[in-house]
Amino acid sequence: MAQLSYFFSVYGSLVNFIGINALLALSLYVTLSAGQLSLGNAAFAGIGGYTAGILTTRFGVPYMMSLLAGALVAALVGFLLGMPVLRLRGVFLAMATLSFGEVVRIAAVNLKITGGAEGLMGMPTHTKTWFIYLMIIGVCYFLAKLRYSSVGWSFESIREDETAASAMGINTTYYKTLAFTIGAFIAGLAGAMYAHLNYIITPGEFGFSAAVNLLIYCIVGGSRVWYGPVLGAALLTALPEILRGIGVTAGPIRMFVNGLILLIVILFLPNGLVSLFQHRKTADASVLACVGIGEE
Amino acid sequence: MLLDINNITRYFGGLCALEGVSFGVESGSVHGLIGPNGAGKTTLINILSGITSATSGNLRLDDQRIETFPAHKVAALGVARTFQNIRLFPVLTSLENVIAGQHLVAPRPLLPRLMCLSGTRRQEAVYQKQSMDILVRVGLGDRADFPAQHLSYGERRRLEIARALASRPRLLLLDEPVAGMRREEMLGVAALIRSLVREGMTILLIEHNMAFVMDLCSQITVLNFGSVITTGSPAEVGMHPEVIEAYLGKSDHHA
Repeated sequence: MAQLSYFFSVYGSLVNFIGINALLALSLYVTLSAGQLSLGNAAFAGIGGYTAGILTTRFGVPYMMSLLAGALVAALVGFLLGMPVLRLRGVFLAMATLSFGEVVRIAAVNLKITGGAEGLMGMPTHTKTWFIYLMIIGVCYFLAKLRYSSVGWSFESIREDETAASAMGINTTYYKTLAFTIGAFIAGLAGAMYAHLNYIITPGEFGFSAAVNLLIYCIVGGSRVWYGPVLGAALLTALPEILRGIGVTAGPIRMFVNGLILLIVILFLPNGLVSLFQHRKTADASVLACVGIGEE
Repeated sequence: MLLDINNITRYFGGLCALEGVSFGVESGSVHGLIGPNGAGKTTLINILSGITSATSGNLRLDDQRIETFPAHKVAALGVARTFQNIRLFPVLTSLENVIAGQHLVAPRPLLPRLMCLSGTRRQEAVYQKQSMDILVRVGLGDRADFPAQHLSYGERRRLEIARALASRPRLLLLDEPVAGMRREEMLGVAALIRSLVREGMTILLIEHNMAFVMDLCSQITVLNFGSVITTGSPAEVGMHPEVIEAYLGKSDHHA
């Protein structure tokens, strides 16, 4: 027990970060499962975080209500953004969502209500570790059940072949928008929880590198099953600490190791780390193939 | 008349792919659509299934105008199809492909699943049994757990038919269903088509294998350069001078 509390006093914030990153990776997993490559999920997290943070600091809204509001506002923005941009496919959708992410970041830097470049401060630190992991379990349960519902099969069909999916009676616009909205909701929830973890959030935390990191979690972990992104987020978030443990402390070498791991996974485990635990023969199903990059 | 195609025209930019195409597909028949490469057969099937739209003209399915419908609405009216360049879901297994094809007829609601209601598992078992029966029917019963991308060419064609059948269509559009198949496989597909028609399904098929078409179809429409040359029984079509010309070239009477 004493060892456990010692562990938490040292690594508590790491455990929290792993949880938040896992939630964010799960949000991207939803969009990827419907074949849509979104780089906007970090921005949705930002929208959720700022919404919840503003509500608790300026309006005294209870913590739980602010989480719900943050997630709902992010979902609403995701829905409104999804309708026009989901006409785009593959890298074009990635570009559009990436620009959206920049718009959100720049807005957060320049608006008064978001606290500008210094960030939004003064959030009560209500987000507890057990609550983060409770949410992860909830989201994983939801996604595992979703997979074998009509919605999940429609996502799979659209990812595999959108034209064939529509010929089978699947309203592709509806389901793509749904995937985008669910993803934005989860990202918004994660962002809102993150805002109440650390007293402060800044615009830079929800920028381009955050968006790309989420994608890397999904690629490294595997984007075909719900536990892949969780695995990827856990490994890559803990990696700097693991490296510190084996004596690698300098900055640039970490990025090098990050890149190396990504490269090894893409080359040898195209379905991500989850393929180490799976026996099913499903080659060529990497996230890159599923969004149409590298198709002939 | 189950399907009435009336004066369908389709331009791709300045290229006229179809011009004033009209013919009807009788309910419960096998209707063949033949013509040389580039005649516009696949374009017509794409328009019928709502994948592309016609530049002008109209389509009636049971007296309902469908030419403006997107693909998923056409499918909801009981039209299923296969594709010339097979479009399966490659990483899903054969069984999963058919399950995905059940979208319109086998609702799998999320809420009872989240609550782990007892009825869900029984319902799912029924749906899976139906999918499995269709796989067995097209002769892929022993391939249920194979990813579609690992099937042979002929098996993939048959799996596409199975996936189309999963939505229990009234009208089945088959785009070259036996292309690249061995003779025994082809005979199997012919037998399958006959049994589907006996059950009341209507089938419109594109095929280059003349023996297959002549044997199965009660009516045949011949397209050439985007226009209908003729529609008629296999015997009539086989005797038609313009059809012979389109396929074999013009005979030189002055030689």
